[in-house]
Amino acid sequence: MSDSHGGHDHAPPPGHDGPLTYYQLKEIAVRELLIEKSVFTADDVRREVEKMDQRTPAKGAAVVARAWTDPAYKERLLENGTAACEEMGLDMGQTYYLVAVENTESVHNAIVCTLCSCYPRTLIGLPPDWYKSRAYRTRIVREPRAVLAEFGLELPESTVIRVHDSTADMRYMVLPRRPDGTGDMSEEELAALVTRDCMIGVAVPTAETVAS
Amino acid sequence: MDDHHGHHDMGGEPGGGPIDQTGHDYALWEKRVDALLMLLSNPSRALVRVDELRRGIESIGPSAYEELTYYERWITSISNVLIERGVYTSDELGRKMAEIETREESAR
Amino acid sequence: MTARFRPGEAVTVRRAPSIGHLRTPHYVKGRTGVVERICGDFANPEELAYARDGLPRRALYRVRFNQRHIWPDYGGPEGDTIDVEIFEHWLEPAREVEG
Repeated sequence: MSDSHGGHDHAPPPGHDGPLTYYQLKEIAVRELLIEKSVFTADDVRREVEKMDQRTPAKGAAVVARAWTDPAYKERLLENGTAACEEMGLDMGQTYYLVAVENTESVHNAIVCTLCSCYPRTLIGLPPDWYKSRAYRTRIVREPRAVLAEFGLELPESTVIRVHDSTADMRYMVLPRRPDGTGDMSEEELAALVTRDCMIGVAVPTAETVAS
Repeated sequence: MDDHHGHHDMGGEPGGGPIDQTGHDYALWEKRVDALLMLLSNPSRALVRVDELRRGIESIGPSAYEELTYYERWITSISNVLIERGVYTSDELGRKMAEIETREESAR
Repeated sequence: MTARFRPGEAVTVRRAPSIGHLRTPHYVKGRTGVVERICGDFANPEELAYARDGLPRRALYRVRFNQRHIWPDYGGPEGDTIDVEIFEHWLEPAREVEG
C-alpha cells in the first residue's frame, strides 16, 4: 500500500497561471465535445455549478435547528429525512434517500463511505477533502474513538458509537444533540451553532460553536 | 478467496495514518467535472450512471487511484464511459485536447 | 419484490469474492448482524455498473454489526456498532448466533 501521499486527497494544482494539466485539458475537451454534440449546453453546466454552490452546511444546520425547536418536525425528520428536508424548501434531487441519525445522551453517530465518497451532498454540499481520504475511510470504521479524538472529540465509554457506512442508496446526516445553555436562543441562533462536522459526526455543537 | 477485494474497498485496512484535516476550496474545473456527472447521470440523459463512474474509478489500478486527485479520477472515468458508450471516439477526444492546448497556449 | 428478512432478524453476509463492481464492503463478509431496517427495493448496482438496467430491483437492508464481531481486536466498548447497507442477494439467514 502506498503511503507516499500520506493517505490524503492532495490538493490539485492551481489552474490559471500555469499551463493546464492533462486532466484539466480533458475536462474542457469532454465538456466542449458534449456541447457540440448537443448532449447539454454551456448554460446547463453553469447552472449545475451554481446549484452545487448553493448547497452549503447552512442548509443542513437550518434543518437541525428546526428539529431542535419543533418536536413534530424532528419526528418527521427521523421518519423520512428526504421529505422533511423538502418540507424546508430544499431540492434533494432524486438519487438517494436521506436518513437522519440522532445523537442522544447515550449514542453518538458518525458517517463515512468506505467504498467511495457518498455524502449528503444535496443537503450540505460537497464533502471536505478529509472525508474522502484514505486515512478517514480506513480508520473510522475500525477505530472510531481514536479518529474522533483526533478531531478533538473524546467520548466516554458509556456512550455507544454508531458508525454508518453509506454503501448503497441511503445517505446519512447526523442530528446532533442540542447543547445545554441554549434554551433562549432563536432558531437562527441555534442554526449558527451547527457546523458541517457536527452533521458528519466528528464534532458536537456547543453553545459557543461558531459555524463556518 | 473472499479476502480478495479492490483497492477502493478500504474500510479497516491498516496504514491509514493520521487524518490531514486541511482542506482546499474546490477549483472551478473540479466543480465542472462534478457538474458533468450530474448532467450525464440525470435520468433524462442516463449516459453515465453513478455506478459506471465508480466501476471506472475502481478499475484504474491502485497506484493511479492514489496518485490522481479526486476529480482527476472522476474525469478519467467519465470520459472512458463516454467512449465505451460511443458518445465520442478516443480519436475525437485526442484531437479536441490538442486543439484546446494550442488555443490555451496562444491565449497566455 | 418482497423482502425476505425482517427488522430484528439475524443475517450473515455471504462469503464470496468481490467481482466487478459491488457495494458490499469486504470487511462484513462472513459476519453476522441484525437487520436494522428495510430500506426498500433498488436497482442492482452490480448490473448498473455495466450499463444494464439493474432490474428486477432488489431489497436493500441496513444491517447493524457489533464492532467486536467485525474486528477481533476492537478497542472500544461492547455496545459500539457499524451499520452497512447490504442487498438481499448478499445475505443469508444467520449461520450462528454471535455473542
